[in-house]
Amino acid sequence: MPDKGLGQLGDGLLFTAVVVYALAMLGFAGEQASRKARQSVTAVRDSTQVLVGSGGPSVTLPAETVTSLNPSRAGRFALALTGLGWLVHLSSITARGFAAHRVPWGNMYEFSSCVAFVAVTAFLVLVARGYVERSLGAFVMLPVVLYLGLAATKLYTAAGPLVPALNSYWIKIHVAAAVTASGAFQLSGVVALLYLLRSRYDELTAAERPTRFPVSLGAQLPAAPVLDRVSYVVIAFAFPVWTFAIIAGAIWAEAAWGRYWGWDPKETWSFITWVLYAGYLHARATAGWKGRKAAWVAVAAACALIVDYYVVNIFVVGLHSYA
Amino acid sequence: MTVPDVVQVDEATRLTTQPLAPQLRSGVLGPLRFGWRRLTSMRTALLLLFLLALASVPGGFLPQRRINPLRVQSYLEKHTTVGPLLDRLQMFDVFSSAWFSAIYLLLFISLVGCLLPRTRLHLRALRAAPPAVPKVLTRLPASDTWEGDADVLARAEKALRGWRVVRRGDELSAERGYLRETGNLVFHLSLVLLLVGIAVGAFRGFKGTVLVVEGTGFSNTVASYDDINPGRRFHPSSLVPFTLQLQDFRATYAPDGKALTFDAQVTWGRTQATTPYDVRVNHPLAVGGAKTYLIGHGYAPFVRVRDRTGAVVLDQPVACLPQTPQFLSTCVIKVPDAAPQQLGFRGAFTPTTITQDGRVGSSFPGLVRPVLTLVGWAGDLGLDGGVPQSVYSLDTTALKPFDKGQAHALSEGQTWQLPGGGSLTYVGTREWATFQVTQDPGKRLALVAAVGIVGGLMLSLFVRRRRVWVRVRPGAPSTVEVGGLSRTDPERFQAEFAELVRRLRE
Repeated sequence: MPDKGLGQLGDGLLFTAVVVYALAMLGFAGEQASRKARQSVTAVRDSTQVLVGSGGPSVTLPAETVTSLNPSRAGRFALALTGLGWLVHLSSITARGFAAHRVPWGNMYEFSSCVAFVAVTAFLVLVARGYVERSLGAFVMLPVVLYLGLAATKLYTAAGPLVPALNSYWIKIHVAAAVTASGAFQLSGVVALLYLLRSRYDELTAAERPTRFPVSLGAQLPAAPVLDRVSYVVIAFAFPVWTFAIIAGAIWAEAAWGRYWGWDPKETWSFITWVLYAGYLHARATAGWKGRKAAWVAVAAACALIVDYYVVNIFVVGLHSYA
Repeated sequence: MTVPDVVQVDEATRLTTQPLAPQLRSGVLGPLRFGWRRLTSMRTALLLLFLLALASVPGGFLPQRRINPLRVQSYLEKHTTVGPLLDRLQMFDVFSSAWFSAIYLLLFISLVGCLLPRTRLHLRALRAAPPAVPKVLTRLPASDTWEGDADVLARAEKALRGWRVVRRGDELSAERGYLRETGNLVFHLSLVLLLVGIAVGAFRGFKGTVLVVEGTGFSNTVASYDDINPGRRFHPSSLVPFTLQLQDFRATYAPDGKALTFDAQVTWGRTQATTPYDVRVNHPLAVGGAKTYLIGHGYAPFVRVRDRTGAVVLDQPVACLPQTPQFLSTCVIKVPDAAPQQLGFRGAFTPTTITQDGRVGSSFPGLVRPVLTLVGWAGDLGLDGGVPQSVYSLDTTALKPFDKGQAHALSEGQTWQLPGGGSLTYVGTREWATFQVTQDPGKRLALVAAVGIVGGLMLSLFVRRRRVWVRVRPGAPSTVEVGGLSRTDPERFQAEFAELVRRLRE
């Protein structure tokens, strides 16, 4: 029988993780805001010095206004909070597994929690490996917090046993691979969107045209080639994992339903997702498709993945309706 | 494919076997060749790939005939204007439609057309020595020069262990990461192989389903199945001979009625069913190339019917079809041997019976308070008309109901004395299971292809191909020139190159 107390502990820990992630997001945002403020202060000072140089009265800016907000301290703190949230999140998933005496990815609520966990893990690895600056965290944590919030309120399921169809060791292999690939893909989708913002921002500023929200956010984003590369690195990692997840699913389907492929809606959408990511990898290597067009393909593929998981489970009748 | 287009520096620095863009030439073969190269170009392949994704979308939203014909039927009944139009466009048979087939066949032709020359070029590259040193090394993405002598070449040979190195006089060329293109080709060839495996299964495979009540069985012949789905080139002689007997079926449920386990205890054998085995969900029985799956279950009340003469005219379990998650099931009992009139019964079986406002229902799928509720008829069942009838439906046109059509509820062991003589006894309850037997001779090939797909993909994404050249220019003093390039992950190559230069300058 499932352990109720442990299950509730897991839910409580997930709530804590969401709060910590939200604080981390604010920290990253604070780092960006104060860095921007500091830049404008520097700009003002520079222009004052020009004024001074032109013979006006000398003006000295009080040092406090410049150093009152330390951007790098805010950023480091936010990164530490992300790490803390990650640990709490990990214990939440572990508690779920022990509460239900099984792998903690047996229903949509648990799956969503794991997907978000993989996305945060991938982000932390990218920062640790130096692929990307931590300030990207503000843009990564926002969808993570929203995603977890939605999962906890709309998809909540108490810890319980699995339906017989899911009772197989393949759930460890197939779903673990699907979770890993999905988490990474969703992260790459966010990064591809940010790349699109940044490259549009670059284009407009190069033409000396004004930028409005959300394109104006581009000023705070890493350079376009960095974002393009990060999104590629993450997809290149996730694509073989996704391929493996589909194949493991086919082997499981052969054992459970008597055929390895039957165009069940979930299978169809996994196939569409796979084809779109294959398209992205080819597009990125083809003249005329590199850059923004390829990024749009990555965004479309991430959307297909969301359809594959949420729309198919909730609105389309099929063999995967239980999860 | 995953190798990028290259701005050509010279042949040595073209680190790819990708064909150049096609150009229209004159002559008779010119347009043909142009068309072929157009079809096998990356841009066309990319377009076909996106078309393939787009064409699959209706298959992901609309019900499909091959999976669920009943839902297609009800969709057509609900949407009387759009439905037939969609049907004409083969929207309910997306994955066997003309347009879907056209897209994937073109894609695979384009793929093969691209693969063959690339495989040839790659095989040549695998045997060839790394290309000669380009004239100007400083134009490469990574390069360095310093004063040094010919000793550097010996040091380079040592530092470049694991690379393919060739030394030509005062020059040295090295290359590494051939497995990237090998993996790329294996991946794409495996996709073709997978298509072949799927085709073999579709043409030569077989699928049959059969309902078996506890205590009975079936043998793997076309005639024993209730429903069959053979491939176009299927031979009945390819069915693996075996017979199977259902001994006991058990299901367990959580208190809320959610199913926990299904377990069909069977015996099977090539000629006689003697070997015991548990067929469960995720645990099929494999005999040769045939696999037997448990796909459904239900209840079969054991019924004994006597006619007016007192003779037992029916003495067997009757399979009832479940209609709700709590296994309220519909039953039809036909007694054609009853005299002087044939008998027919229709009603419901409820495993855990509740009665509300005079209607019976079931509150739990397990067998707790089983009740068989029946309405009876006497007359002509209409079985001699020559029109085949389903055993699950009763034609009451030539029948007269007992007790004005009033239903009788029977618990296990109870008997209904029919008006005018005869009786029906609900003796006990058995369970039934439906089995699906499949044979797919293309399965193994598909699995081999799947392994090739994943393996090839990993090689083609994670192996980095790169070249390095070293040249010593004689003079007083002589200079060393080093250059290198990699199309994949240039940042990591820069670090690797810097490390190489450090070791060469030691």
